[in-house]
Amino acid sequence: MRHEIALRVGPVGFRIGSDWGGPIAAVRQLYAGYPAPDGGVPDMTVRLYAERPWRRFVRPSVAISGDFWLPDAAPLPLAQGLLAAEMGMNLQVALGWRRHLLLHCSAVERDGRVLLMSGASGSGKSTLATLLAMRGWRFLGDEFAFVALEDGRIHPFPRASSLKNEAVAAVQMAGGMVGPVLAGTPKGTIGYWRPPVDAIARMAEAAPPALLLFPRFGRPEQVERLAASETFMLLTQASTNYVALGEAGFAALTRLVQGVPSLAVDYPDGEAGLRLVETLWGGL
Amino acid sequence: MKAARLLVSALRDPATVAGLSADDWTMLLTAARAERLIGTLAYRLDMRAVPPAVARILADAREGAVEERRAALWEAEMARRALAPLGLPLVLLKGTAFAAAGLDAGQGRSIGDLDILVPRAAIDEAERALRAAGWEPIKEDAYDDAYYRRWMHELPPLIHRDRDRMIDVHHTILPPTARPTPDAAALLADAVPLGDGGLAMLSPADIVVHAAAHLFADGDLAGGLRNLWDIDRLLREQDDPAYWVTLRERARRHQLSTEVARAVRLSASLYGTPISPDWRGANPLDPLYRRRLLVRDGWGRQGRSFTRLGFYVRSHWLRMPPLMLAGHLWTKATKKG
Repeated sequence: MRHEIALRVGPVGFRIGSDWGGPIAAVRQLYAGYPAPDGGVPDMTVRLYAERPWRRFVRPSVAISGDFWLPDAAPLPLAQGLLAAEMGMNLQVALGWRRHLLLHCSAVERDGRVLLMSGASGSGKSTLATLLAMRGWRFLGDEFAFVALEDGRIHPFPRASSLKNEAVAAVQMAGGMVGPVLAGTPKGTIGYWRPPVDAIARMAEAAPPALLLFPRFGRPEQVERLAASETFMLLTQASTNYVALGEAGFAALTRLVQGVPSLAVDYPDGEAGLRLVETLWGGL
Repeated sequence: MKAARLLVSALRDPATVAGLSADDWTMLLTAARAERLIGTLAYRLDMRAVPPAVARILADAREGAVEERRAALWEAEMARRALAPLGLPLVLLKGTAFAAAGLDAGQGRSIGDLDILVPRAAIDEAERALRAAGWEPIKEDAYDDAYYRRWMHELPPLIHRDRDRMIDVHHTILPPTARPTPDAAALLADAVPLGDGGLAMLSPADIVVHAAAHLFADGDLAGGLRNLWDIDRLLREQDDPAYWVTLRERARRHQLSTEVARAVRLSASLYGTPISPDWRGANPLDPLYRRRLLVRDGWGRQGRSFTRLGFYVRSHWLRMPPLMLAGHLWTKATKKG
């Protein structure tokens, strides 16, 4: 392909190719300081391409594909090329990665132990992880938690946090630098928050999980303990590769839900969310 | 294309990967994934002889293939249970058959759908039994459904509502509209039982005839490198010289002599399959087929769009008489506008 970049985030080496220079330049800027793939051989390939040759120039729109089959992801306008690259990276990991159990979770670490937060889009898991990382927690990622199959530890995957809509302002108000910001995407406004240098430098350092939260933003404050069996079912739905891993996935998920307390947490706003997290963490 | 060539030579002679650069490895692995041959490659290569980053990727591919094989065999067992009341042997086709029989062709092979063969007379009964056991049609469209039932060699694909796995129920191995008419009764009559569990597969000659039919008489050769690899492995497992005589007879009987001969020649030329001397020879069209098979580039894309377009047009031409094709394409083009 005409333009390309290769980089590594946590354990995953990516190669992104594009028919246009723009998306690659945006990726290069957002991922400045990330290392190259191990041994120069990326684990996954993402392709950003024009569906027809003339669409490189006329109403250019970025189609996404890669090593692993994608459900029809609609092409994006060229101005949203960075989002296309991010979606491509996400989808490849979701569909093809099998060295860890993947959970759709954000993760931060303090005192050598990891806090996992799972939930649907809009639950606030990215925002909470970002705000916590701005208060001294180590940022491990806002999208996927990589659970080691052999010992259950959480491996960092510290890509830029992707903040949607009101979360952009919430992080900016807390003093965070958000950029670039893409307006009018299929998911509304998306802003990227770059992880601190320390999070990138320590992205090979795994840590054991200590607490699992299912946050829900915008509801009266409430904390409810979940049974291990219930958490198990919730996490099979939050895992993209649980089925593909077979017995190894079952063993890893069983260990996680048996070893880590799990709570459903409702909170009305960001401040209340942070306070709740700190309280719960302090009570461990 | 360089990536496709790297892949073919790595499969044919694993020693050729010695000294590949990181970029060559990247191209090779990407092409192997796109051709759904990465699991096979992982079984062929010596993990100790490849760079660590490559070994990790290949180990993943190997585990993925093990898991796919397990799921495929389980799916076959589910179909066997659903169809048991019909009292027919369940004839497995393609990947699932290779895996169930423990053939070399099944080593690391990617297996998607479950393909089975049942007698035409029993197809309605088979469909009823499968639907009662949780398989559901995926084609909602009435034209597509009627088209399949009237003109295809299989039922409209069914998908299991809990396991999300697809089954293709064939009553023969080529569409009835295609010019060759394979002898479906003979395929079934000579099927070989797999153990005593009620599963069966095609005879050793028919299995190659089917693979060749699938590759050259049905479709546009997309995924052809893997189909040809199946043929290479299947032929290598036959060491009886009489096999080649049987293969010729069966190919003739199924009206697929040209396709089988081409499959044998191309398998020998790309993968170095040892073949019987009287199957050698050259055909002026073979280079065009080779060219089509080797379109994959280092980004996993298919190049040579002009060659591919030719084979795409050919695939429709092969499947249907021209007037019918015109009518079909007209309906397809107008109904969704």
